[in-house]
Amino acid sequence: MTLGGKAAVTGIGETDYTRDAGGRGVLTLQLEASLAAIADAGLRPAEIDGIVMPIGLGATVAEDFVTNLGIPDLRFSTTTPLGGAGAVAAVQCAAAAVAAGLCRHVLLPLGRTGRTGSRIGARIHQMPQFRTVGEFEAPVGALAPAQYYAPMARRHMELFGTTSRQLAEIAVTTRQHAILNGNATMTAPMTIEDHQASRMIADPLRLLDCSLESDGAAAVVVSKADAAGDLRQPRVLLTGLAEGHPDSPSTITQRPDMTRLGLAKAAPRAFAMAGVTPADIDVAEIYDCFTYIVLCQLEDLGFCGKGEGGAFVEGGALGLGGRLPVNTHGGLLSQSHMAGMNHVVELVRQLRGQAGRAQVADAEVGLVTGYGDLGDGTIAIMARA
Amino acid sequence: MITAMPSKPVPEPTPESRPYWQGLAEGRLVLQRCADCGRVRHYPRPLCDACHSFAADWVEASGAATLHSWTVAHHPYHPAFRAELPYVLATADLAEGVRLVAQLRGAAVLRLGLPLRIGFEPAGEGLVLPVLRPAG
Ligand SMILES: [Zn+2]
Repeated sequence: MTLGGKAAVTGIGETDYTRDAGGRGVLTLQLEASLAAIADAGLRPAEIDGIVMPIGLGATVAEDFVTNLGIPDLRFSTTTPLGGAGAVAAVQCAAAAVAAGLCRHVLLPLGRTGRTGSRIGARIHQMPQFRTVGEFEAPVGALAPAQYYAPMARRHMELFGTTSRQLAEIAVTTRQHAILNGNATMTAPMTIEDHQASRMIADPLRLLDCSLESDGAAAVVVSKADAAGDLRQPRVLLTGLAEGHPDSPSTITQRPDMTRLGLAKAAPRAFAMAGVTPADIDVAEIYDCFTYIVLCQLEDLGFCGKGEGGAFVEGGALGLGGRLPVNTHGGLLSQSHMAGMNHVVELVRQLRGQAGRAQVADAEVGLVTGYGDLGDGTIAIMARA
Repeated sequence: MITAMPSKPVPEPTPESRPYWQGLAEGRLVLQRCADCGRVRHYPRPLCDACHSFAADWVEASGAATLHSWTVAHHPYHPAFRAELPYVLATADLAEGVRLVAQLRGAAVLRLGLPLRIGFEPAGEGLVLPVLRPAG
């Protein structure tokens, strides 16, 4: 038995994305997005019988949703605390749960007050994934994700000749997409020169290589594929799902090849499950906590060889009409940092043909990835039914 | 009013890592070694992933290293490090086959494979941290 095609994303919902949610708490934001996703699916809240909470850290639990949504019989609940890989891990988990018959309609809420709540440098050291680097690397001054990931980018540059201007291509294209989106935080045009002039954060990563700190929430509903046919929206099937962990997952320092992520292990399994190849992908929503992480994932997904990502992204290749439209919503870099749940939402929109000015013509097959600290990878391939 | 400067993050040693921090306090970089198959591992942890032995002893690193990668920290993520910015965080390949992250001082040019030496710096309250410098 394969999991591919057994489940579908039936509902999507988002709050407004801001840098200040105006006093709304994380649970309120998540409930707003959840109600939107449930309504989008054509379901009533009482029909939700599963909840998968991505990330885990963040103060809300499945019981909060039972209480507030009035769910009479929640049959399945769990968490997928894989950091930024957690949203897509939750999709895989929900698909497995409905395929196994444990439940029929699973709600996946993700929300945060990343801007107005505690900031990244403090937040990550509460996460168990950072326990090892917290003990051995934080004391010497390696404290934040940018500082942990910059050496991966630097080594890629030294080995393969990748440049900061190539990273800028990713930031600029992503900004262009955010400008087309009606619900993005960063909407001022950006040039490669703007990127090059932005201040250095952790060399070689500049400010405009880094994602946002955001307030907001996104949610989706994953349903059993045969249930999805009765609902409101065009069916978007989950055809390929996989999770992969890099060697030395707790510290990049000790990783034999620090230019390879967990996604390199997951991607071939997801493509095999879906029965497609990278050449079949019409649109890709790729986890973009930093520009370099996008470039590395393009290689690990097989869109180009290891070391070829810099050349691959040049010349607007990731833009609408380019060779592979990527992060058509503006991503974590320019739309909002919803830990990748906004990427799941956007892929579904694209495959339904509801992506507005950022719609990729005739998008039928797409993929979404997650990247979690310190290199965990997840991938979902979806297809218009 | 005097506002206390937040202190730097300090390690909270585990039973497995206590000898590592103790070694640094004595000005030695010691690495955990499987007492059964001899594999050196870092960072310290309970189990040898090669032979699954819990038995371990400690060997002193030679101090020889080469530059595997690096970043230059510019943004003040922690107020206690602000005065040191910018500083180089180096990932170094040790001769023993494992890697170390430490601040790298005194390197005019950074390149992969740059030969390095491990040194030691007191960081207050009995804590000693490794530091890297160009070899020779
Ligand atoms: Zn052993």
